[in-house]
Amino acid sequence: MKRLINQYPSRIGKMLLGLIPFILLMGLYAYASHERLAVNPNDKLMPAFSTIVDAVQKMAFEPSKRTGEYLLLEDTTASLTRLGVAVFISGVISLVVGILIGIIPKARASIAPVITAISLIPPLAILPILFIVFGLGEGSKIMLIVLGITPFLIRDTQLRVMELPEELIIKAQTLGANSWQLIIRVVLPQILPKLIDALRLSLGSAWLFLIAAEAISSTEGLGYRIFLVRRYLSMDVILPYVVWITILAFAMDYLLRKLSISVFPWQNK
Amino acid sequence: MEAIEFKHLWKEYGDNVVLEDINLTVKKGEFVTLVGASGCGKTTFLKMLLGIENVSRGKLLLDGKPLSDEPDANRGIVFQRYSVYPHLNVVENVMLGEELAASPFLGRTFGAKRRKIRQHATEILEKVGLGHTIDKYPTELSGGMQQRLAIAQALIKNPSILLLDEPFGALDPGIRSDMHNLILDIWKETKITIFMITHDLKEGFELGTRLLVFDKYRHDPDAPNRYGAKITYDIPVGKMDDPTIHEIHNSILIKEK
Repeated sequence: MKRLINQYPSRIGKMLLGLIPFILLMGLYAYASHERLAVNPNDKLMPAFSTIVDAVQKMAFEPSKRTGEYLLLEDTTASLTRLGVAVFISGVISLVVGILIGIIPKARASIAPVITAISLIPPLAILPILFIVFGLGEGSKIMLIVLGITPFLIRDTQLRVMELPEELIIKAQTLGANSWQLIIRVVLPQILPKLIDALRLSLGSAWLFLIAAEAISSTEGLGYRIFLVRRYLSMDVILPYVVWITILAFAMDYLLRKLSISVFPWQNK
Repeated sequence: MEAIEFKHLWKEYGDNVVLEDINLTVKKGEFVTLVGASGCGKTTFLKMLLGIENVSRGKLLLDGKPLSDEPDANRGIVFQRYSVYPHLNVVENVMLGEELAASPFLGRTFGAKRRKIRQHATEILEKVGLGHTIDKYPTELSGGMQQRLAIAQALIKNPSILLLDEPFGALDPGIRSDMHNLILDIWKETKITIFMITHDLKEGFELGTRLLVFDKYRHDPDAPNRYGAKITYDIPVGKMDDPTIHEIHNSILIKEK
């Protein structure tokens, strides 16, 4: 018998081992829900799976009686649009600023301190300012996410640039590169995959800020819906929405990872 | 005649003297090997030649004019590690130097121009024995092949000086002697001036025309940084006799311990 530290699961074994905790959690929920409903059939805290399925059916596959829209689709589109636009803006800003302050010492001296200062402001604390400046529309929600994740992304990009081996920067100069050429031919291509990694890490915060903004001021969106139905204690809607958000977050992470590998094949050679 | 001159050259960091009063003239086409114990200033010496360390006192002249104080295309470099770009394949690594010159804004060429540069790069790669791997990424190459690539990459700019910072230090002995032959062939063909740092005294003797030994000639135990290193031996390699080799070997060994 090998030591435990030397025993590896097979491919299928690994999948089964990974599924066990999920099945246990589901089972635990089903049991607890069943027990609560046995005591009080009107309990709303832990609805039965059948109730949840009905709610999903209503939210996802039947047009809303009031607006004629498919609510889950409408909410998902609204949220993902906000998130996508915000993450794209943050990515572009942090790429430009991060490379600039990572490679140009004078730019670093001038810009890095103010970035550090901005990164210390709790974004939610200035949400009221954003509402005042950008109104209650899409602008303020997108700005909240941008303000929330960009300082981290800029500082991460700066560090990644500064981590590039000095030899590669010197070598480029001996090949006749000026500062601009060095940035676009040497720094940028090596930093892009690292920026994608950083974006993956910041998606968690991006969702947090998105749902916070939607909870406070919105007329559609995943966060808006959750906070709306909370008034009626509709756990049968809230729970599948949370699961759906988790699946979306996982899918975005997965897609970014795949994108990075396919666009920058040299990383894993 | 192109020459590099060091005139009363000092390098200090505050009170820490690294090199003191270096006087040296190196003619075009010489192959100079630099040896010495760790921390004796040979790397600092090379960095000054490269332009990434400035001169504290004295002069460093190329053809009578001060050497530029930042790296440029006149001086090629091969480091022990991180000499090639992981995001470019082998031929793109070599093309980079010419592409930068051909395209100031994008640093990238297309169409016929690109094919011409690619052709030139392929010829250089064949010369260093990498003609069969031009589409691979550097991480797919062995250490020796990566150093061949780094040399090819530097050669495309036709630099007048080639600086080698322990280029073969991480390689196996067999591969190392292949690399010696390669660098000697290149040197004979291009008449390039070479400065090479090595840890291996034998390598220093086998390659090149001139051996420089860096060593501290005075030592104050209470202030170890008070005195810098000088060039303690400056020998044409062909005229080396065994006692001298032994003497140098010992002087370096003692410092290493």
